[in-house]
Amino acid sequence: MKFKNANEIKISISSLIWLTLFFVIPTIIVVLISFRNSDPSGGIGVGWSIDGFADVFNPSFGMILWRTVRLSLITTVICLSLAMPVSIYMAKAEEKIQNWLLLLIAIPFWTNFLIRVYAWKIVLHPEGLVKRLFLTLGLVSENASLLYNEGAVLLVLVYTYLPFAILPLYTAIEKFDFRLIEAARDLGSGQIRSFIKVFLPGISQGIISAIMVVFIPALGSYVIPDMVGGPDGEMLGNKIAQRVFVDRNLPKGSGLSTLLILAVILPGLIRVVYKKIKPISATPLNRKINSYLTKSKSKS
Amino acid sequence: MKEFLVFDGIDKSFGDYKAVDNVTISIGQGEIFSLLGPSGCGKTTLLRLCAGFESPDKGRIILNGVNISNLPPNKRKVNTVFQNYALFPHMSVRENIAFGLKVAGKSKSEIKQEVDSMLDLIQMTDHADKKPALISGGQKQRVAIARALVNKPQVLLLDEPLAALDLKLRQRMLIELDQIHDEVGITFLFITHDQGEAMSLSDRIAVMNEGKIEQIGRPVEIYESPISSFTAAFIGDTNFFDGRVIETLPDNYSLLAIDGLPNATCFNDSTRSVGDMVHVSVRPEKIMMHRESPPFDHKMNVIKGVVENLVYLGGHTKYWLRAGEWMISAQQQHYHFQLDEKPLTWNDEVFLSWHADDGFMLERYHIDDEKMLTMPEDGDLLAKDIGDCDNIEDELVN
Repeated sequence: MKFKNANEIKISISSLIWLTLFFVIPTIIVVLISFRNSDPSGGIGVGWSIDGFADVFNPSFGMILWRTVRLSLITTVICLSLAMPVSIYMAKAEEKIQNWLLLLIAIPFWTNFLIRVYAWKIVLHPEGLVKRLFLTLGLVSENASLLYNEGAVLLVLVYTYLPFAILPLYTAIEKFDFRLIEAARDLGSGQIRSFIKVFLPGISQGIISAIMVVFIPALGSYVIPDMVGGPDGEMLGNKIAQRVFVDRNLPKGSGLSTLLILAVILPGLIRVVYKKIKPISATPLNRKINSYLTKSKSKS
Repeated sequence: MKEFLVFDGIDKSFGDYKAVDNVTISIGQGEIFSLLGPSGCGKTTLLRLCAGFESPDKGRIILNGVNISNLPPNKRKVNTVFQNYALFPHMSVRENIAFGLKVAGKSKSEIKQEVDSMLDLIQMTDHADKKPALISGGQKQRVAIARALVNKPQVLLLDEPLAALDLKLRQRMLIELDQIHDEVGITFLFITHDQGEAMSLSDRIAVMNEGKIEQIGRPVEIYESPISSFTAAFIGDTNFFDGRVIETLPDNYSLLAIDGLPNATCFNDSTRSVGDMVHVSVRPEKIMMHRESPPFDHKMNVIKGVVENLVYLGGHTKYWLRAGEWMISAQQQHYHFQLDEKPLTWNDEVFLSWHADDGFMLERYHIDDEKMLTMPEDGDLLAKDIGDCDNIEDELVN
């Protein structure tokens, strides 16, 4: 790869080292382990094999994979549909209100994630407030369970990832020039068409970011299905944990992890290879810093 | 002239702020009509009311006999050229122009044909597949006009369409706009704060201030016979004299008492009577300067002055002269540069004269309007400026 100038290397070298040490190398290790033989006493055995991927042929695997993808997709759709009106409202509100709303969205992060999931266990508990309320209203029957099913997993997934969907959408919408909507309306377009043809393409970067920060972590969920899912709400993350911690079969756990990694990066890879487009950088920061550096250089 | 677009008693407030105050305008078919005024005068609000982005608190907007006051923007046969063009960044030039036609549900071949002819009109055929980010300001401007015109609106609204362009390009676009108007012949409603643009393009101009119409008229009427001190000061430059009517003369003239000009004559449009306090506006180029006292003429007003400041501008020179309590702005056009005659310079004593027909007694007068006159703040302003320039040059040399 040819770098445009030395500054680009200087600026990115620290992140490159960090990512290599703590992301690229561990990922390669995981992929390598998935091709090793397992050791009956736990850990990694000698020699190479593809037994690590044997779970693919396990009949329960397909079901769990399907559930994982399905729950992640539904979570993404719900999060984006809820985040859209919230973000539009925030972006259009006065600056003072905007700051308060941003604070409100950030507040849940002040509490540990595990504790928040525990809180949901209490809320959805058979003796909990919600169940009682629904019973009184006649919405659920006496022995229906609000916990330990797919619905509970979905609810907590949406709760967890909603702020992550709001933030990139809000950022994109705040930059969106709403005069474009006026222009579309002026050219005879109704409200819905203006929204689809002008607004959504205008904030497409925000939508892509929101999808990535919701869908990908949702695919790898482990704690949420583990705590509120029960056997009916198991996802791929739980299966990996089970292979690693219960079966002590590292190659099988790694095999599933490798498949998950592939599932996440494959669509992106296909896009890059077939459409011959450059990967989108997350921010235009790099370019900004570069122009700043070249400017200051020419001054001196 | 047939009434085509009518604003009938329009009121519009935002909170406590009255943006448009009882405005009534009637615009004819095929006319280029300008709304001219400083920022915040309500001209943009009026345009947004016409486009349908706002609805009036009171009054009606009638287009071709139909009351459109409460129609949504997409149901009005008007299209807008936005101030910053508002081209769709994710669409090519061609797709931008085709947008309105697609919405209208035209067939593909029809769209292609109409967009092609529009691209031809604005000479953008070679750039049809570029995204707006890759074309220049003047080209964006033309695309924005084409995108609006392709829908064959009954009225084209132009919201400060030239504000983002540099001077030379602005002048060229003005001519292009005029040519496009000749070609399509629809009504243009042109919003601007630039009197030069309004004067050169418009059939008629409405001068607006603080939400109200100050004056409606052809450019020459607005300039040569302003009816308010705001119009007089906002369009071009002028001199204001305070005076009192002391006698009515035959043929619509009045005798005025002005400080330093005890027997001034001025044209009177027969609305002023003896004893009225008036403000007389005289344009700088209407004031003549003489080294010797001009021959007496009962319709010429003469006052003695001293050159306090001057700015040489190539084609003409601007002078500011002190005459008693008045600071008078005057102009000298250089039809030929007087090599044999020493040009007027600082502290020269001159006789200033203006013809009775060139003065206008003003109806409405706001003391604030005098602030819009381009009077130098102190006598040695120019010398100071030159000094500053020297300093800058010194810095550059170092």
